[in-house]
Amino acid sequence: TVVPTPVKINLINMLSETGLQVIEATSFVSPKWVPQMADHTEVMQGINKLPGISYPVLTPNLKGFQAAVAAGAKEVSIFGAASELFTKKNINCSIEESLERFDEVMTAARAANIPVRGYVSCVLGCPYEGKISAAKVAEVSKKMYSMGCYEISLGDTIGIGTPGSMKEMLTAVMKEVPVGALAVHCHDTYGQALANILVALQMGVSVVDASVAGLGGCPYAQGASGNVATEDLVYMLNGLGIHSGVDLQKLIDTGTFICNALNRRTNSKVSQASCRL
Amino acid sequence: QESQASGLPEYIKIVEVGPRDGLQNEKVIVPTDIKIELINRLSRTGLPAIEVTSFVSSKWVPQMADHKEVMSGIERHPGVQYPVLTPNLQGFHSAIAAGATEVSVFGAASESFSKMNINCSIEESIEKFEEVAKSARNMNIPVRGYVSCALGCPYEGNIIPAKVAELNAFLNKRSVLTLLLADTLDEQFATVFFKKGTLFRIKEKKLQDITFCGSPASCYHLISQCIGREDSFGGIMGVAVVDSSVAGLGGCPYAKGATGNVATEDVIYMLNGLGVNTGVNLYTVMEAGNFICTALNKKTNSKVAQASFNTGTIN
Repeated sequence: TVVPTPVKINLINMLSETGLQVIEATSFVSPKWVPQMADHTEVMQGINKLPGISYPVLTPNLKGFQAAVAAGAKEVSIFGAASELFTKKNINCSIEESLERFDEVMTAARAANIPVRGYVSCVLGCPYEGKISAAKVAEVSKKMYSMGCYEISLGDTIGIGTPGSMKEMLTAVMKEVPVGALAVHCHDTYGQALANILVALQMGVSVVDASVAGLGGCPYAQGASGNVATEDLVYMLNGLGIHSGVDLQKLIDTGTFICNALNRRTNSKVSQASCRL
Repeated sequence: QESQASGLPEYIKIVEVGPRDGLQNEKVIVPTDIKIELINRLSRTGLPAIEVTSFVSSKWVPQMADHKEVMSGIERHPGVQYPVLTPNLQGFHSAIAAGATEVSVFGAASESFSKMNINCSIEESIEKFEEVAKSARNMNIPVRGYVSCALGCPYEGNIIPAKVAELNAFLNKRSVLTLLLADTLDEQFATVFFKKGTLFRIKEKKLQDITFCGSPASCYHLISQCIGREDSFGGIMGVAVVDSSVAGLGGCPYAKGATGNVATEDVIYMLNGLGVNTGVNLYTVMEAGNFICTALNKKTNSKVAQASFNTGTIN
């Protein structure tokens, strides 16, 4: 179901109060492709932008980038993939061609002093190609980093990876991109997200993507889960004594809000347990 | 071997606790023939050990009232262990009479939990286990020990590792073979492990079994950190056994609506990915999970099963 604009805005405003420093607000993509993000301009203009918090938006091409900047965006993201087949199916071109398109965005962003974050999908496996070589992930990550992305978010798009493959992939990528510029974006489709994140942290990664209430299923496996829940991640980090600056209770409350608005159950185990914290 | 290079054990023994711990925490009373069918299906998956039932008074645990029928009704596959819970001597005798060849006893690292759960202090519960352990020793019956609340107690909160180690040592002295760390609240093991930097001493001078039920993350952390380290008694530590429950059966009786046991499917998926051998066929476990969830009319708690059964693709 398409979420009403005021609900989206309220969600982002609530997230802004939790201590999170980066909140991906919306995507400047054609509503034909992603109807859920059709209200990107209204959302961008409607949210409270708190000082010290970044509100990056997805910009798949130059047109989207320009619309994003016009709507007040101060940071953008671009999406690459470590799989040729995935890229073909998703945006109907090769990896090489997709990077050429991004180059336009990079040039414009540089001119406007706008930081760009690069996502690499399918880093631990592809729904079409199956196994993905760590070398390929390193190659694509290096290209995007060299193009000027300040950070590369490595996504296990179908959640298929396990700690061993995460380690192998990161080892290869860290030869080409400094670990300080790396982030991990783990999906929990096979219940492996926290294990994979833990390994990444042990290897020096200090940026982790997560989704409140574990919002977002998996478009490649009907009924399966997708994003790891931010609540569950923060719970683990708290237990490890790793500072995140996030107030877990406020986060849980935010998750409760959006789940009520969506009339659905949370995917966060921490929220489900309503733990004594 | 991939697993060896990364400091992981070559083999992990999975103990399937679904039919006992799992079903015990499910609200719906499962008919005896369904329990037997579940266990028989699990026996064909390659699982080396399946916790069958609990010889406890049906007044306390109605779900396990049919312990005798289940024990005598199941197929016993060669090479598969079928331990049962025996909280006291009476239960032990009953279990042996019904054909049990391995038993388990349940302790807790928390006084409050012990009091609330089995209505006696830790000391008193140990005395009961001693009786069981003694009889078992005389009959050459292996005894497995559970320590609940290893990482946290629903009543007391934080539990100090020293307390757990103490209980463990106590059990060991009485020839209770295995220490089982039961994370009753499913808190992240990594928490205690990282912060306190202590490893639980398990068994003197022998490669022991630390068994852990928790999330795949905690499980991974435990097995990757513990292997090969020396304990304070000159022995080598390692994790060799993990408990899990098919389809993640068994909620948490202490946090309403929360999940409990880690799903066997999800643990095996991870171990397969890590190159650690378990001897278990993931697909057949998923089928057994599908069977029991259908019988219970509930959704599986296994993420792997969720991801696989809907698309028909198995990885």
